[in-house]
Amino acid sequence: MAFDSLSAFIVMEGHGPYVWACYAVFAVLLGGMMLWSAKRNHSVIEACQRRYEADAKTSAQPNRNASATFARVEISQD
Amino acid sequence: MWQWFHKLGSPKWFFGIATRLMPWLLIGGLLLLAAGLVWGLAFAPKDYLQGNSYRIIFIHVPSAFLAQSIYISMAVAALVTLVWRMKLADVFVKAIAPVGLVFTFLALFTGAVWGKPTWGTWWVWDARLTSMLILLFLYGGVIALDRAINDEKSAARAVAVLVLVGVVNIPIIKYSVDWWNTLHQPATFKLTEKPTMPMEMWLPLLLSVLGLYLLFGWLTCLRMKTEILVREQRTRWVKELVLAGGK
Amino acid sequence: MSSAGRTLVKPIEQGVGPLSAMLAVFSRDVRVAFRQRQDLLNPLLFFVMVVTLFPLGVSPEVSFLQQSGAGILWVAALLAVLLSLDHLFRHDFDDGTLEQLVLQPQPLFLLILAKTLAHWILTGLPLVLLAPVLGVMVHLDGNSIVILCLTLLIGTPVLSLIGSIGAALTLGLRSAGVLLSLLIIPLYIPVLIFGTGTVAAAGEGASVGGYLALMGAFLVLALTLAPFAAAAALRISMSNS
Repeated sequence: MAFDSLSAFIVMEGHGPYVWACYAVFAVLLGGMMLWSAKRNHSVIEACQRRYEADAKTSAQPNRNASATFARVEISQD
Repeated sequence: MWQWFHKLGSPKWFFGIATRLMPWLLIGGLLLLAAGLVWGLAFAPKDYLQGNSYRIIFIHVPSAFLAQSIYISMAVAALVTLVWRMKLADVFVKAIAPVGLVFTFLALFTGAVWGKPTWGTWWVWDARLTSMLILLFLYGGVIALDRAINDEKSAARAVAVLVLVGVVNIPIIKYSVDWWNTLHQPATFKLTEKPTMPMEMWLPLLLSVLGLYLLFGWLTCLRMKTEILVREQRTRWVKELVLAGGK
Repeated sequence: MSSAGRTLVKPIEQGVGPLSAMLAVFSRDVRVAFRQRQDLLNPLLFFVMVVTLFPLGVSPEVSFLQQSGAGILWVAALLAVLLSLDHLFRHDFDDGTLEQLVLQPQPLFLLILAKTLAHWILTGLPLVLLAPVLGVMVHLDGNSIVILCLTLLIGTPVLSLIGSIGAALTLGLRSAGVLLSLLIIPLYIPVLIFGTGTVAAAGEGASVGGYLALMGAFLVLALTLAPFAAAAALRISMSNS
């Protein structure tokens, strides 16, 4: 351990704010990017699911706005 | 002989591999990064010149490494896109360009914050910081162009041309910025001019670099999977996959 | 070839050699530009106005202007070229000429090179010719003005060539103007650095032969690579629309 106490570890001889600010921004951006990417993956899967389910009963509802984001690929289903 | 190559280009094949690889990348990356950062923050000895502020190096250097290698890997993928029209290559470029932008920003931000206790100012027109800033602009241009073109195929190929033009320019930019820097600031400070870094500093740095690379691998797999899902949602394998539980 | 000078779009026939095709494209572009003189004047006016802003906005002091004059002129010239790039392919794209150009049997990169050279003659060269006047206005000394004009003479074609890639990539997009600057400005940085650096070195009494040779190397590199990239980008943009 390079520091004597926890408070010394946090203060880091006056350099604490700089070091901790860097680590905080790093953690927020990296973690945020990971969470956001995971969330987007999830929402895309859900959107696909909804679309396939809507496609299954396609004749019942002519207006499928559940998958409005993917409107331009609604040409055919193979 | 080229079969493996074509296999590499198959989104379905990649999807399976990525799904199997991702837990390992995530666990390994988190463990290595945590180990490297805890070691670097709390256990590595302090630098006799810069004091404790040097501990920023354990996130600054990995971010800068990634920022540069992401651009280079994008350039390789861009070449593959233009020459072989491989689907996965442009999925790759599209998926990781924002990641590269974030890491470039992180390298810049941590460099600037590190500069305050070391140089006394937030920003120095240091050659490295300046070329990093230009790299940030290049990433911004790539992402902006990709967003601006609606057609997927044209977007991928236009972005590929831009990335390749950028990668030809990067050495020139780097060289000219270095030259400009010596012209304007005869006495430059270097952020990390330590030819002999002690082992206790070097090992945690290595760990965090490796950890961040693994996490980047995880991010790449995840984002590419998302992009593949969006693009290939009309195909039968995606439909079966999604209806079977989506993993 | 010379008798067909009256038509706006000169047909490039099959069997015409690449060089005469280039010449045809070049002379056509020049002639079209002289029929729309305002487009020729705009970058020049812009150049003069931007340079005027600096003494007004920062300081009219002789020492400041002497020190930063070369940089101001270079930045203003760069922005003026950037502003004019939108016109490089836009008109031809709108009236369909560009499509014909892409379909020509002659290699597209040569035709683009001719177009880019015409663009430089019409915007870059006038900027270079105007630079000494503005140089005097920002109190540069005679030697610096000569070096400045030399660097602009070598540098502005590089700006046009790199710019042609950006113009081809953003062709037909909605926010093409802003996007073009976003893509191109980072690539302009080396030219700017060496352009102003050469003048600064000359001001300190250093010999500038090496710097000028390096800028010449940039020019050769841009001449050989940029038309290919622009041709590839143009084909992509054309297939997009």
